[in-house]
Amino acid sequence: MPNLRELYQELILEHSKHPRNYRVLEGATHTVEGFNPLCGDHFTIYLETDGEVIRNITFQGSGCAISKSSASVMTQVLKGKTKAEAENLFHRFHDLVTGKARDNSVEALGKLAVFSGVSEFPVRVKCATLAWHALHEALAGKSAGVTTE
Amino acid sequence: MATNLANREFSEGLPAGPATARAGFDVQKVRADFPALQQTVHGWPLVYLDNAATAQKPRSVIHALEQFYCEDCSNIHRGVHELSERATECYECSRGKVQRWLNAREAAEIVFVRGTTEAINLVAYAYGHKFISAGDEVIISAMEHHSNIVPWQLLGDATGAKLRVIPMTDSGELRLEEYEKLLGPKTKLVAVAHVSNALGTVNPVKQMVAMAHRYGVPVLIDGAQAAPHIKVDVQELGADFYAFSGHKLYAPTGTGVLYGRRELLDKMPPYQGGGDMISSVSFERTTYNRLPYKFEAGTPNIAGVIGLGAAIDYLEKLGMENTAAYERELLAYAHRRISAIPGVRIIGTAAQKAGVISFLIGDIHPHDIGTILDQEGIAIRAGHHCAQPVMARFGIPATARASFAFYNTYAEVDRLAEGIEKVREVFA
Repeated sequence: MPNLRELYQELILEHSKHPRNYRVLEGATHTVEGFNPLCGDHFTIYLETDGEVIRNITFQGSGCAISKSSASVMTQVLKGKTKAEAENLFHRFHDLVTGKARDNSVEALGKLAVFSGVSEFPVRVKCATLAWHALHEALAGKSAGVTTE
Repeated sequence: MATNLANREFSEGLPAGPATARAGFDVQKVRADFPALQQTVHGWPLVYLDNAATAQKPRSVIHALEQFYCEDCSNIHRGVHELSERATECYECSRGKVQRWLNAREAAEIVFVRGTTEAINLVAYAYGHKFISAGDEVIISAMEHHSNIVPWQLLGDATGAKLRVIPMTDSGELRLEEYEKLLGPKTKLVAVAHVSNALGTVNPVKQMVAMAHRYGVPVLIDGAQAAPHIKVDVQELGADFYAFSGHKLYAPTGTGVLYGRRELLDKMPPYQGGGDMISSVSFERTTYNRLPYKFEAGTPNIAGVIGLGAAIDYLEKLGMENTAAYERELLAYAHRRISAIPGVRIIGTAAQKAGVISFLIGDIHPHDIGTILDQEGIAIRAGHHCAQPVMARFGIPATARASFAFYNTYAEVDRLAEGIEKVREVFA
């Protein structure tokens, strides 16, 4: 089952079992919810920004292995990045999981590249991008929450 | 664990399986009637266990559609020409088949709709708006599909009527003593599932109808998950309304039936206005057509209804007593096989079940279970099954659901069990 192994890579399974930055962030400047009503995945993303820089980012909630590990890796990757860099990564990550990324750009995504297998599973794209969509809304100054369906 | 104990009780005294044939029912022969079952998915022979969502169609149903579109395609109830006559006859012939299938008193009590959802909305609108008002109560149960919750909430929003909910036990059985307490002078209607789509529980609807009738309250039974598995006799049940979907009964999508007692249907205003539902129209006054046409505005799903008639013919040929008996044994085998896998928890362990096994594997999310099983060629559903209050009752976001038809085999149950082992392996 080569496809399955590409989807459920070790790093993804490991993050889903032991998510990083999995806590409420005291002093968060942004709090936003991501919700997929179709499957019940529900995450809250906490951001602490300082001017243009993301000082800290955490999350909590429940969902499938793909959505949870994606949120976990996202918090690791984005800590210390500028808002512009985060927005750029959001778009590149979206291209990656929808199969639109070029080979040379996948390498530059570092740890995020483990989600490339998602592109073979169109119904799981929403899982992988749920936390990212929530982040995108938070950076855009919205806090009402987003849904992916 | 309490759940496992209940599972054991459920399957006690039943044959150990695996077997592929029993007296009067040859599953391999039946499978050959279903073209969609003859395919491979991701390199595996398809194991279709999403029958509660929709069932596959036998060749005779597909052929009925083809014949209609190739030879008889025409509108009904209006043309004077040969094709329209043929189409009308086939369409009305299906109504007679449904009447006999449900044991309704007369064909006029059979209204064709798009599906169970439309049937319930029809009653909520046409019966509800006329006979239910502020302060009145509609009783539903804790295990309803959203389609037997939301129409009543809409009615409540419009009229001020209140929704009361019969609670259920941890095994997924309705608490009839609580139901008894909810019934009273304010109750104007009871709407309850015959079989739960999320849990598989078979509710004691005959008893529940009798209880409601003691208060003079009519009962709507949502038979979407029951009609494919249980021989329904609306007179024996005492049902005032009975709704089911054709597409879960091996018939085309976009077909469904509302049975209603004539006495009630006669009192109800039309649901939609348009062609076919009128006797005469002028700008001053319109008179409505007789039953059941009063509720069938516009050109219906003619081909689909003819296909529904073909599906009923097919089921009658197999014999519901044969398919139901085979399904009972298959479900018991599946229950025993699946619940024996370490880490598996079955949600819904009522003594009387039909068609459905909802389950969880450790803390693995059902979506991940669904994706991995799909890669093994096994189609199940993962999610809340349009029954979010059921998920909330059990404190879970979703379940994986395997749902069975008479064309499923013991070998397919074994494939499901092996697939679940594969899921555990991936997440080990």
